[in-house]
Amino acid sequence: MEPMPKQLKILNWLTIALVAAGLYLAIWYAPREAIMGEVQRVFYFHVAAGWVGALAFLVAALSGALFLIRRERRWDRVAMSSVEIGVVFTFINIVSGSIWARPIWNTWWTWDPRLVTATVMALVYLAYIMLRQSVDDPDRRARFAAVYSILGFISVPLTFLSIRIFRSIHPVVFGAGDALSSGMSSPRMQVAFFFSLLTFSFIYGTLLWHRLRLQHLSEKLEIQKMKMLSAEN
Amino acid sequence: MAKRVESDSKISKPRGSSLRVYLRVIGAIVWKDIAAELRNRQMISAMLVFALLVVLIFNFALELDIVTRDSVTSGVLWVTFAFAGTLGLNRSAAMEEDRGCLDGLLLVPIDRSALYFGKVIGNVLFLLIVEAIILPLYSVLYNVNLFVPGLLLVIVLGSWGYVAVGTLMAAMALQTRMRDVLLPILLFPVVLPVLIPALKASNAFLQAFEVGDIMLWINLLIAYDLIFTTIAFLVFEYVVEE
Repeated sequence: MEPMPKQLKILNWLTIALVAAGLYLAIWYAPREAIMGEVQRVFYFHVAAGWVGALAFLVAALSGALFLIRRERRWDRVAMSSVEIGVVFTFINIVSGSIWARPIWNTWWTWDPRLVTATVMALVYLAYIMLRQSVDDPDRRARFAAVYSILGFISVPLTFLSIRIFRSIHPVVFGAGDALSSGMSSPRMQVAFFFSLLTFSFIYGTLLWHRLRLQHLSEKLEIQKMKMLSAEN
Repeated sequence: MAKRVESDSKISKPRGSSLRVYLRVIGAIVWKDIAAELRNRQMISAMLVFALLVVLIFNFALELDIVTRDSVTSGVLWVTFAFAGTLGLNRSAAMEEDRGCLDGLLLVPIDRSALYFGKVIGNVLFLLIVEAIILPLYSVLYNVNLFVPGLLLVIVLGSWGYVAVGTLMAAMALQTRMRDVLLPILLFPVVLPVLIPALKASNAFLQAFEVGDIMLWINLLIAYDLIFTTIAFLVFEYVVEE
């Protein structure tokens, strides 16, 4: 079988290093938040996971559109891999947010705009996966998945806009508001936060590459299997 | 009961500008659906009975007493329409599959979006008919006045948006292994931007809020209708191609 390309090996190590540094920054370097306490550190993982979920969704929609235009199978593979990663990170986002919410808002869940939008995004992802699993013909599967990812991608921000008209209790992190209600007063916190965004982006890229490689190898294996079966007959 | 068959030359070369031909194809598809429905009325009766049952279940599921009724009516109506709409969409898409009807339609030398609009208009008509029957019934059963012009406008706009996305999703769902069952799973998360303003606007009209405030929701609804219709008709050909 094909060995792992050198760039991927380097990326692996780079990502591991970033994760280690990011953990240090989030858990030791960043100061303890005055009002919320240690639980605020969830923030460094929660937002980055949400960012990856959204990024993965965007990549899936763009790859879908590219597939419809160019009809090259690799765009479909990118879309599917991206959705698989994105759905996991969206769930990490939701669960970590819930863990943060319990001590701070005294509830595991609330129906404010961002949470609803995150849920809707997770549901669109799941629907995408179910759609793919339900179609046997590869070309049709790729076409339908592409169409759905485009519609889903347009729809989720519109849902957010619709609901956002009502006031949200979700913390507004940047900009307006006093330092008490916003969570990012200290520059050390900002360093940890942006670093976590960077780290998670690298995690996404690494996972995506691995998943694509896995898909490629699995398709090669299928072809080998077919060859052997037909050689036997 | 066939009309006299016209000669080949008349059929193969449609006369008139391409826009007129386009509109005639749309009209032909809408007429086909209406004619098919008039014969056995299966779809409308199924949607109607189902909608009534949903209203009945809501009576037990929610306390529709005089106090809560006003705040909850909008939600009950839209859930009813959404579920009944799913039935109609599935049935309408299945009709195309029956005896290769869609294959025949695909042979027509016209842009695929004509097929899309034909189906959407047909589906909207059927949904509106069901809604037109449910509204008076609900009014009578729960002693609520639902003949607020604003509410009727919202219902028309919301139904269009729902069907615009739903027709596309149903065309996809029917071609999968899971078939009908997949439609709600695909449709509901994606159609929320249409349902949410529809719900809010309906509620606002029923509770007689200021029209100025409601205009925001109506504008959103119109905008989303346009966005979804545009995207759906652009991608429809990828869903029905062989």
